[in-house]
Amino acid sequence: MLDTGPILAVSFGYVVLLFAIAYYGDRRAVQGRSIISNPYIYALSLAVYCTAWTYYGSVGRAARAGASFLPIYIGPTLMAALGGVVLRKIIRVSKIHRITSIADFIASRYGKSTLLGGVVTVIAVLGIIPYISLQLKAISISYLMLQPYPEISTPIPFTEVPVLRDTAFYVALLLTLFAVLFGTRHLEATERHEGLVAAIAFESLVKLIAFLAVGIYVTYGMHDGFRDLIARAHALPELRSLFVLPDRPGIYGSWCISIFIAMAAVIFLPRQFQIAVVENVNEDHLERAVWLFPLYLLAINLFVLPVAIGGLLHFPAGSVDADTFVLTLPMAGHQVSLTLLVYIGGMSAATGMVIVETIALSTMICNDLVMPVLLRLPFLRLVERGDLSGLLLAIRRGGIVAVLLLSYAYFRFIGEFYELVSIGMVSFAAVAQFAPAILGGIFWKGGNRLGALCGLLLGFTAWAYTLVFPSLVQTGLLSADLILEGPFGISLLRPYQLFGLTGFDHIAHSVFWSLLFNTGAYIGVSVLTRTSTIEHTQAVLFVDVFRYSEEVDESPPPWRGTARIPDLTSLLRRFLGKDRAESALAAYADKHRLAWEGELTADAGLVNHAEKLLAGVIGSASARVMVSSVVKEEPLGIREVMHILDETRQVISYSRELEKATAELKSANERLKELDRLKDEFISTVTHELRTPLTSVRALAEILHENPNLTEARQREFTAIIIKETDRLTRLITQVLDIQKIESGKADWQTTTVDMKELIDDSVNATRQLLEEKKIRLIRDLPEESPTVEGDRDRLVQVMINLISNAVKFCPSEAGEIAIALEPTPDRVAVSVTDNGVGISPEHQALIFEKFRQVKGEETGRPQGSGLGLSITRHIIEHHGGTIRVDSAPGRGATFTFTLPLSDPSA
Amino acid sequence: MPGTDPKNRRLAALFYIALALFNYPILSLFNRRVLLWGLPLFYLYLFGLWAALILLMILAGRSKPQTMPFDRPGHTD
Repeated sequence: MLDTGPILAVSFGYVVLLFAIAYYGDRRAVQGRSIISNPYIYALSLAVYCTAWTYYGSVGRAARAGASFLPIYIGPTLMAALGGVVLRKIIRVSKIHRITSIADFIASRYGKSTLLGGVVTVIAVLGIIPYISLQLKAISISYLMLQPYPEISTPIPFTEVPVLRDTAFYVALLLTLFAVLFGTRHLEATERHEGLVAAIAFESLVKLIAFLAVGIYVTYGMHDGFRDLIARAHALPELRSLFVLPDRPGIYGSWCISIFIAMAAVIFLPRQFQIAVVENVNEDHLERAVWLFPLYLLAINLFVLPVAIGGLLHFPAGSVDADTFVLTLPMAGHQVSLTLLVYIGGMSAATGMVIVETIALSTMICNDLVMPVLLRLPFLRLVERGDLSGLLLAIRRGGIVAVLLLSYAYFRFIGEFYELVSIGMVSFAAVAQFAPAILGGIFWKGGNRLGALCGLLLGFTAWAYTLVFPSLVQTGLLSADLILEGPFGISLLRPYQLFGLTGFDHIAHSVFWSLLFNTGAYIGVSVLTRTSTIEHTQAVLFVDVFRYSEEVDESPPPWRGTARIPDLTSLLRRFLGKDRAESALAAYADKHRLAWEGELTADAGLVNHAEKLLAGVIGSASARVMVSSVVKEEPLGIREVMHILDETRQVISYSRELEKATAELKSANERLKELDRLKDEFISTVTHELRTPLTSVRALAEILHENPNLTEARQREFTAIIIKETDRLTRLITQVLDIQKIESGKADWQTTTVDMKELIDDSVNATRQLLEEKKIRLIRDLPEESPTVEGDRDRLVQVMINLISNAVKFCPSEAGEIAIALEPTPDRVAVSVTDNGVGISPEHQALIFEKFRQVKGEETGRPQGSGLGLSITRHIIEHHGGTIRVDSAPGRGATFTFTLPLSDPSA
Repeated sequence: MPGTDPKNRRLAALFYIALALFNYPILSLFNRRVLLWGLPLFYLYLFGLWAALILLMILAGRSKPQTMPFDRPGHTD
């Protein structure tokens, strides 16, 4: 008989060892020399997946139902293959958004919804409490079995053990203490607990070693190896059924569904999420964990069948509960140390699960259930309280205590009725409800809050109705008719055969319906309802997380608006505590090289960082509420949100370039159109100009032709006009050809020495008639000596004639006056032609030198000439290396001045 | 991006194959009370497949991913 003493000593000793390891792990973390930052520790910590269910329950299930214990481990192995995609994405998203629990993940993804966070928390708590109680049951039973060592007796029902003598109760208390000490010592924005992970990894090692030890003992110690055991089992028909799956309808369906929910559970169980995602130190550890973890699972399952057969062979049928074979077989073999080792292994399996699960649940309860409610209760006015970090810790610890007490209560009242594995599967079916919302959340941008909410609620209801509700019958709370005939006799609503679906075991049946409703509602409602801006933002940030996290360190902030830095600081102090808040802000300032001594306003980046820090402590939904209370935010429209995202920034800058190019093209087009218009105008003017003299010529010629009896004077008159008009025509055509030649560079220039005074005299002579016709007075202001220039004489005469005839056009008749002046400067000569006409307005001054441009003459409304004269003039002057300009004001006449370089500058 | 990383694609392919092999109807082929080399056929199949899958996952995960965006301080291996 093993005294209580040694057993308790061993138990407590083990727990103390765990404390020590956890403490050491935390110490090293603080020093910066983390002991858990390697993939082997990470993989081992993932093995917290294996609980007392694995340790004790697998053998029990194998003994009862053959190979059907395996899918729970095959599922995670398969999931490991997808780990690179699914788990990595979840980890990346969680790191970036400081997500610290499943509830936080779902709440954050669907628009930081507090309601969703709360719903997930409730589902998690209700689903996991039975699972925790299972562990307590295992601890209790193992202790009770161990006590009468080496006698193996069916233990007294543990419900008859008074609470205060129940080891399980004390273990529960110890575990509470452990969880409080190593899970909630302080509020860490990342929620990482290095000491805890170290302890968990250690426990995984212990349970593996212990299980392998007992397996080896049974196989090689009590028998002669695998083949011996198998042969013996083979000899007994009833044992042959252990080699295969049980022979009942729907067995493959159950197998399949078990694999699927195990795949979901290995990530979505709160403790798994905590260890795999939140406690993850380095994404790269995934690479090795991906096969290390399945290897662990393989190893721990190797000896399940041998131990089951060993137990069935050894103990008379039905005398010993198969769930305890792992312990009772070494007891039967009188192996004290091995028995104690197995006992410790079992404790490892159970306590690891309980600790991590309660910490994870308490985080959710605090951040996603209690705090959001408290923050909204007006009379508490929490928003105004100074330092809330103490309150937060208190809530966390309260959560741990509450969860453990509830689990213990469940264990006392209900736990006796079920084999370990069944209880576990019910929990798996519960967390499977998170799968659509989470997987949809990271791969489908279309999932929205309402869809997730409906999915979760429907799935949970279906789960409760098809699994939890009918199980109450066994406790005697409800009548058995409910199961057999359905509520109110409606057979379609029978909990175990909903809508008439038969041929499935209870778990498979429940999973089928609950996931069907869940996924259907999630997709259907998401597609049919509108999504808010914040949901869109989060959807993009989650689904496209790899695109954003590779470009920027922190994802682009969806906050717009300003906050006062003092406000933010005091907010952070309130929840993180003074020291942490200050060090976090200092770290941010360092990283971004900011100095905000004098700054009063926080930019969007800082606001966002503050929100993330808070999210790590109080959950993202509450963090958003708190930050929005200090930020004066401008309302976000979809367009604005998209503008803020990097992707669109690029698009915008690109489209600006496009706009510029388009604008340039447009203005070029405008110019072309203008030129075109001018050209058309020119053509119409020119053709008109051409036609007018032609018409006169034609008319006169006709008259001459028709009337041979015209007087001679008349005849002379007409022919004179004809000559004049044809001259005009010729001039016009010459001009057009001229300018065409000059502009295309095909004109030939004859350069000679030109005497300027002579030039002017010649051109005056040429225009004498024009001057006399309008009775215009000509004044010449010429110096003594005549400067000379090198140039084409004819062309220069053309210039002078053009200027003079222009002046004539604009002079009033009878009172017109034209002055020609010649002014030499040291290296140039300036010639000016001044008239006293109406003058040219400043706008026109710029235009008149251009082709086809004309100013209306004084006497005729329609411009005379072709508009090419000045243009040709300018070309000629410029060809000679000179300049031409006009000075004029409306009403004050105009002076055209051109300069030319002298032949001999020294003259 | 992890979705298109060849390493992950290999692993995904392994997943699909394994999923098929671990399930009905292929599973039903081995679900017999038969002994092979003195050991139950079903268990041989399951554990053998399991070990093979792990081995293949090790091999498939050999190559380095094409992009290495992670450069965290304190990365120990």
